[in-house]
Amino acid sequence: MDSEDEFNSSQVSEDEFMMDADSDAEDDYGVDHDDVGFESQHTDIKPAKHAYEVDFKVCSPEDIEAQQARQVADTSSLLEQPPEATAILFRHFRWNKERLIDKYMDNRDAVLEAAGLSEEAASSPPRIEKVPGFVCDICCDEDPEETFAMKCGHRFCVDCYKQYLRTKIKDEGEAARIRCPGDGCNKIVDSKSLNLLITGDLKERYDELLTRTYVDDKENLKWCPAPECVYAIDCKVRDKELMRVVPTVHCDCGHDFCFGCTLDDHQPAPCALVKKWLKKCADDSETANWISAHTKECPKCHSTIEKNGGCNHMTCRKCRHEFCWMCMGIWSEHGTSWYNCNRYEEKSGHEARDAQAKSRQALERYLHYYQRYANHEQSAKLDKDIYLKTEKKMQQLQNTTGMSWIEVQFLDSASQALQQCRRTLKWTYAFAYYLARNNLTQIFEDNQKDLEMAVENLSEMFEKPVDQLQGLKVEMMDKTAYCTKRRIILLDDTAVNLREGMLDLDVIHEREC
Amino acid sequence: MALPKRIIKETERLMAEPVKGISAVPHEDNLRYFDVTIDGPGQSPYEGGVFKLELFLPDDYPMTPPKIRFLTKIYHPNIDRLGRICLDVLKSNWSPALQIRTILLSIQALLGAPNPDDPLANDVAQKWKEDEKGAIETARQWTEQYAKP
Ligand SMILES: [Zn+2]
Ligand SMILES: [Zn+2]
Ligand SMILES: [Zn+2]
Ligand SMILES: [Zn+2]
Ligand SMILES: [Zn+2]
Ligand SMILES: [Zn+2]
Repeated sequence: MDSEDEFNSSQVSEDEFMMDADSDAEDDYGVDHDDVGFESQHTDIKPAKHAYEVDFKVCSPEDIEAQQARQVADTSSLLEQPPEATAILFRHFRWNKERLIDKYMDNRDAVLEAAGLSEEAASSPPRIEKVPGFVCDICCDEDPEETFAMKCGHRFCVDCYKQYLRTKIKDEGEAARIRCPGDGCNKIVDSKSLNLLITGDLKERYDELLTRTYVDDKENLKWCPAPECVYAIDCKVRDKELMRVVPTVHCDCGHDFCFGCTLDDHQPAPCALVKKWLKKCADDSETANWISAHTKECPKCHSTIEKNGGCNHMTCRKCRHEFCWMCMGIWSEHGTSWYNCNRYEEKSGHEARDAQAKSRQALERYLHYYQRYANHEQSAKLDKDIYLKTEKKMQQLQNTTGMSWIEVQFLDSASQALQQCRRTLKWTYAFAYYLARNNLTQIFEDNQKDLEMAVENLSEMFEKPVDQLQGLKVEMMDKTAYCTKRRIILLDDTAVNLREGMLDLDVIHEREC
Repeated sequence: MALPKRIIKETERLMAEPVKGISAVPHEDNLRYFDVTIDGPGQSPYEGGVFKLELFLPDDYPMTPPKIRFLTKIYHPNIDRLGRICLDVLKSNWSPALQIRTILLSIQALLGAPNPDDPLANDVAQKWKEDEKGAIETARQWTEQYAKP
């Protein structure tokens, strides 16, 4: 049934009722009223909502194969080549259509030669045959029953040819550019020859690899790095834009990652900064190691305090002193305008006259940011642990009090928001480390502070006894929403300033070796 | 595992029609392992030297190339301190139609024509580019010192 026809028919009202029950038409029917009358457009590219979001699209393996087939079909007639040869030409030019057409129109013969298609592709198809008196150069068998050669004439027995292809495909992961096994021959084994020689699992692997090379070759496509994930992401952001855009994408498998470098989402920090920071942290790991300790002393009574939740608001069990785990300052000051836990205060100039003092100051500055970076990473894990424990208790509660599953979902949302916000916060500290001071850094630090406070407030609620949680539902939902809002504000502001080149990041592009 | 016909044929031919300046003799207890010598080519700093190498044919030979390594110390931009050789036909340009004989000839040719633009030993390649005369002299000295029978 063609749903467009149904919409355009005169008996709309009656058909609408029919279609409601018709699952085939549901997609078309479910669109906004404004769109009624149009075929539901596949809005593949999700529109960006905020300044920090980029357009992207998730592609399934089928989508990718269809894309390839479409491009080959479109270009095949232009080049006057059969689809097989066109596909080889595309792969040879790493799926760069403009370059392929340019070069092809410029010097057809040279292109065909280079792609391993020099002989007339249209003449007699490849076939397996017996050649009397033939000796295979690979296995030294005399007079094998079956032999094969492409147009280049390098003939081998079929067993050797097959084993060669198996080695290339299975062991070396090659697909698009497998050459003739003949010594020094550059002819690419075309798909017709391959179909003649490989079957079953090898054929499947070959097709899989061909799909992979397509994604690897296309600048706008990248595989989702999550283990076992089969999706690729289509995104227009180019490498040269990566100092001004941080393209976080969300795969359908649930993984959030950066399209630029494929690491886990690291907004608001640009890829180059992340790379530099991670390298610095690895290089300085020993200096910074003492920080990741789980225990500290209470600044007032000096009893040992262990941190087992994500929240940085600590209360000493012994003397009830409340302090901040990060800066060891009094907690009550953290909610006021005096709060400056996130900001690194430069020491006054005369203290750092000699080189030693300067390097000590540089280390101190680094440790300030590193400590906060590492702490949010650690806290995110602790938040999650505590949530998992809470979830278990909630389940017990559900069983005993009959509370519904839906009613405890607010905890799940809160936990996810916390994870996301801590990840963002973590990277704001790496960001701040490289950020040169100007009149905008104050705003950045204020945003950071606001988000951090919101996060700590929410994180704290997870440490409440489980039987109180149900009563805190509304408050918790409010705090979750507030966290998310602060995160969006921070990311939005930073993304805009980054894009406009208003922020000065001390990140020199290091050449890849 | 029985030795494939291909390896038997190659070994027979290496014995029956030896290549000038090259020898490859399989071990009695392991017919996939060869003691190799290559004479340094004329008009090269390796002239007059006899270089020892070891060659091993892996299980999937000839689908994968033989493993070859210099045992004699040699000063060459495409051969590193462990004697490993940077040669395209031993890597990406390997073809199962190539043989031990052809590979050894390629290695001999490499001694006659070093390629500092595709280096394996970076320091040697650097020297080769900056001061070719000096590098050649060092190579000659090494040949004198390590490769004289
Ligand atoms: Zn054969
Ligand atoms: Zn060929
Ligand atoms: Zn994924
Ligand atoms: Zn990135
Ligand atoms: Zn205390
Ligand atoms: Zn603090």
